[in-house]
Amino acid sequence: MEQFKILIVILLSSVFVDNYVLCRFLGICPFLGVSKKLNQAVGMGVAVTVVMLLATAVTWPIQHLVLNALGLGYLQNIVFILIIATLVQILEMLLRRLSPALYTGLGVYLPLITTNCAVLGVTINNINDGYSFVESAASALGCGLGFLLAMVLFSGLRSRIDETNIPAPFRGLAVTLIAASFISLAFMGFGGIVENIFA
Amino acid sequence: MEIVIAFLFILGVALIAGILLLIFSHFFFVEKDPLERAVRECLPGINCGACGYKGCDDYAAALAGGGVKPNLCIPGAQRASDEISSILGIEKVEVEDKVAFVACNGHCEATAPVAHYEGVQSCRAASMLFGGPEACRFGCLGFGDCAAVCPSNAICLADGIAHVDTSRCLGCGRCAQTCPKQIISMLPQEAAVAVMCSNQQKGADARKVCKNACIACRKCEKKCPSGAIAVKDNLAVIDYTKCTRCGLCVGECPTGCLKNVFFPDIPEDCSSKELLE
Repeated sequence: MEQFKILIVILLSSVFVDNYVLCRFLGICPFLGVSKKLNQAVGMGVAVTVVMLLATAVTWPIQHLVLNALGLGYLQNIVFILIIATLVQILEMLLRRLSPALYTGLGVYLPLITTNCAVLGVTINNINDGYSFVESAASALGCGLGFLLAMVLFSGLRSRIDETNIPAPFRGLAVTLIAASFISLAFMGFGGIVENIFA
Repeated sequence: MEIVIAFLFILGVALIAGILLLIFSHFFFVEKDPLERAVRECLPGINCGACGYKGCDDYAAALAGGGVKPNLCIPGAQRASDEISSILGIEKVEVEDKVAFVACNGHCEATAPVAHYEGVQSCRAASMLFGGPEACRFGCLGFGDCAAVCPSNAICLADGIAHVDTSRCLGCGRCAQTCPKQIISMLPQEAAVAVMCSNQQKGADARKVCKNACIACRKCEKKCPSGAIAVKDNLAVIDYTKCTRCGLCVGECPTGCLKNVFFPDIPEDCSSKELLE
């Protein structure tokens, strides 16, 4: 039961408190680039979630069984980048061959995630926080869902922005960044809540 | 010693990753639709975007998917359209050739800047600063944003305005999208006459800022035997579906802003991208 509680806390805190986009400011590029329409935002969010889970499942054993055993822990960044890029490429090929329907939905976003800093950030933070394999998986799932949540919220906001008459100097990227900063501020309000749910 | 181990380790990981990718790409190779590939070979491959798709590959995929007209490729012209329709086994369609036209004749002798602009040398930047340094707020700024995006070097700059070399123009319309003043329009290939002015001010005001401006005197409107010219927003507009290419209006225009477009008098010192290189 205690273990289950810890997993729930990890999951919730990585969705709300340590949201990768809005609180840790990783993965801003797809956050601004693919959030214009709701269906694109959902596709990108789901693709990132899947890749985060897979990447964590592969990099955790490699860190603990290979890198630490050989005393090469400092090569973490480079090795993880290589592994994640390869993993995403393979996933894309598999999807294209095995499920063309899923490929048209998710596959187009996969090349964008190949060298995404949010994915790399999740895998490295899982190691740094000293999580076990199951805890790492929960954290990766939470971070992915947090990314999805941020994308969906922001795409809704952007569709409202599109319909609004904005003063000329703020149009385009300027108003988008300002809106993103407000969402980020709102998410800062979650700080300290999740840890005390089971207290 | 340690650096060698680290180096070899990374090399090994990269090698394994490379081999894995090779194996997967070999076993999970997806054959491209042969129809799509055949269609793609008819297209010129310059990815100009005139068809409205993301590039030649995208247009070929849409064609192979069916239900798309084969005559959208402007640079490929009639030849590409015919080849595509024979491959797909659909009826041949005529291509509407288009050509870019800069609706401004405000060269250095006709108009002058009212301000001295020293900022970024691009029309987009200049037009953001109170509409640019020119006296006429509708006219060509002459920094050549259009020439920079032209895939075929068909636009050159001379005397402060852009000129289109119609023999080179592919008709992709990129310049028309780029121009911040929106004075470049895509005319039908067979158009003979065009209005070389975009000024919507009243006659006297337009005349004040540029000698060559359309002053909306309606002489051309009255002269035109087929009723193809109408003055709208203080500017003559030609309806090319009615124009018979008689050319009577050209002589009638007091400011010379009606021009025979297909004998464009491009100045000899015209500086195109190619010449500069």
